[in-house]
Amino acid sequence: MADCVRLSDLELGESAVIEELALSVSERQFLTRFGFFVGAEVRCSRRAPLGDPIVYSLDGSEIALRAETARRILVSRVEAKR
Amino acid sequence: MNHLMPTIELSPPRPQQPIRTVALIGPPNSGKTTLFNRLTNLRQKVGNYPGITVEQHTGIILLPGHEVAVVDLPGVYSLDPHSEDERVAVTVLSGGMNGVPRPDAVLLVLDATNLARQLTLAAPVIALGLPTLALLNMGDLLAKRGGSIDAVKLAGELGIPVAIVSATQGTGLSAVENFLRQANEPGRTTTLPLVQDFRECRRWAAEVARQSDYLAPLPPAWTRRLDDLVLHKVWGPLVFMIVVGAVFQTVFGIGQPLSNALQGLLADLGQKAGSFISNGFLRSLLLDGIWKGVSAVLVFLPQILVLFLFIGLLEDSGYLARAALIADRTMHSVGLNGKAFIPLLSAYACAVPAIMASRTIENKRDRLATILVAPFMTCSARLPIYTLLIAAFIPERPVAGVLLGTRALAMLLLYVLGFVAATTTAKLLKSSILKSTAAPFVLELPEYRWPTLHSISLRLMDRARVFLQQAGTVILCVSVVVWGLINLPLHHGQPPELEQSVVARLGHFIEPAIHPLGFNWKIGVGLLTSVVAREVIVGTLGTLYGTDPATQSMSLQTALQHDLNFSGAMALLVFFAFAMQCTSTLAVVRRETNSWSWPMIQFIYMTALAFIAALIVNHALSVLN
Ligand SMILES: Nc1nc2c(ncn2[C@@H]2O[C@H](COP(=O)(O)OP(=O)(O)O)[C@@H](O)[C@H]2O)c(=O)[nH]1
Repeated sequence: MADCVRLSDLELGESAVIEELALSVSERQFLTRFGFFVGAEVRCSRRAPLGDPIVYSLDGSEIALRAETARRILVSRVEAKR
Repeated sequence: MNHLMPTIELSPPRPQQPIRTVALIGPPNSGKTTLFNRLTNLRQKVGNYPGITVEQHTGIILLPGHEVAVVDLPGVYSLDPHSEDERVAVTVLSGGMNGVPRPDAVLLVLDATNLARQLTLAAPVIALGLPTLALLNMGDLLAKRGGSIDAVKLAGELGIPVAIVSATQGTGLSAVENFLRQANEPGRTTTLPLVQDFRECRRWAAEVARQSDYLAPLPPAWTRRLDDLVLHKVWGPLVFMIVVGAVFQTVFGIGQPLSNALQGLLADLGQKAGSFISNGFLRSLLLDGIWKGVSAVLVFLPQILVLFLFIGLLEDSGYLARAALIADRTMHSVGLNGKAFIPLLSAYACAVPAIMASRTIENKRDRLATILVAPFMTCSARLPIYTLLIAAFIPERPVAGVLLGTRALAMLLLYVLGFVAATTTAKLLKSSILKSTAAPFVLELPEYRWPTLHSISLRLMDRARVFLQQAGTVILCVSVVVWGLINLPLHHGQPPELEQSVVARLGHFIEPAIHPLGFNWKIGVGLLTSVVAREVIVGTLGTLYGTDPATQSMSLQTALQHDLNFSGAMALLVFFAFAMQCTSTLAVVRRETNSWSWPMIQFIYMTALAFIAALIVNHALSVLN
């Protein structure tokens, strides 16, 4: 947990575990539906051609968030398993 | 199972009577609509739930001997009522929705290719205690991509019957029939997580999937590869431009001419039929009142169908989400989201199909903002009055060599004006009344799939019916009322000359109000009649100037120059750029927002803006001259 970074700072292909969602309660509840909650593992899978939004893979789905939202989600990087 | 998890025990009660109403529920993109269409075929109805924008789809499943009503609920991830869609689902399921009978049973649709996640919804649905059948949809894809599930074990885990189906291929659906006939089999006891806790449900779902030997299919390799191209830094925008260009070109280049051709055809038909009616007044009522009104409704159909054909292809194939992803950055800067791009673009042809197309925007506030600004885009109904006034009042001079003349520049400026009004209004709305704080923009990228003819043709029929039934009636009524204003009071049993009609009196009546804009009463009459459709003003002015002895022998252009000065003409152009002179748009906005207040607000806002802008233009130009 020492090296928390913003979700928006992940490089392409990097995986991380969500540590904190610095968002309002309703925003958090909304994002939970899509699998963004504390403890979930996400991978930064691609960026839109203009750089924003950013696409994340989690649990087999590909879900895009705007950088303004991803910036407020704190994650800790996971070492690549392979 | 994790024993630390809070659990509740339940055994579903037995229904006493045969099933009359069944609810169809599932997460977004699970194939619910396809399944609904498959089960009900064309025996369906579309309406709106009272007071909200959520559409209500109901249909009938024919079983030997009895009929079962199906209520298609909006796609939801959970039954915690946080969004409007989830509230609707919960209210219907608990029998609290006005006009919808309490469902006796539930069909739970889940995407079998993503089961570990989709099962999350099973917990709150099973907890309702209604007889439930879980339909693992996309069974064909699961098998094709090497996944599998032990349906018997899953049924044991969930305590409800389970069937693997494919909505597109229609396989496995006999299970639905059996379930609906025998749903009063005793239910089994099952262990569920605390359904209010979404994370618990999710963990439970993953565990249930594991216990049922769920083998997730291989990730869709094709989707990855296609996305590498479609979302590529260089090729992505290129593909986007080609697709968007094709949509625009087809709506403009095919939809519009089709609409025009249909209009001509309907007018001809009316003429032919009219020659059999001898009574002048009756003929005028039937022909110019009712038939013209009917035609005014029908002419929108080709454009609506063409646009929805494209939207159907884009949405079902999965490209629409990618297009939204590419457009989002740009649309975000004007306060909207990427999904507003195609609706706003098609508003350049006509706001009516564009507003209907805004249905693809999930976020309610973004959708409303898009609906409210779409009529500012320069639609083709504005072109007749634009070209008439520009030709009459702007002398053609080169501005940039042969490339751009004054007239083309004026036209271009009018387009820019509409665009600026739309984006400014959008920003204004999104930073005030439509600020969405609760729901950040989230876009799910579904895997690519082949669209099917069946699903697209049903979708087209659905939209055509919604438009004709729910917007068509309003358009028809207004057309007939305006016809009445033009053709009353009767003069010796005959309709009066236009100058003597009610609408002319109204024109005189509003003259003091529009005089500061540089308009006389004739323009006023044109403004009144053009609430039916913007292009109507040209015909009205033609009639008025054609019967006035002073201007009778002149062309409409010359007659206008006679009556309107340069600043007044420019004010009229600006007025048309901003004003909501279109009943059809208002009718569609009413239908899509399911309220009269939004179209009223929109009408008042746009008319006020048009009035003020025209006032400023008229005065500024008068001072300059
Ligand atoms: N291969 C396959 N595709 C399906 C099946 N059911 C639905 N689809 C496709 O999945 C997409 C989403 O379906 P739709 O019915 O619109 O989902 P909804 O959002 O749940 O209403 C469409 O492109 C359908 O053609 C199925 O059983 N097999």
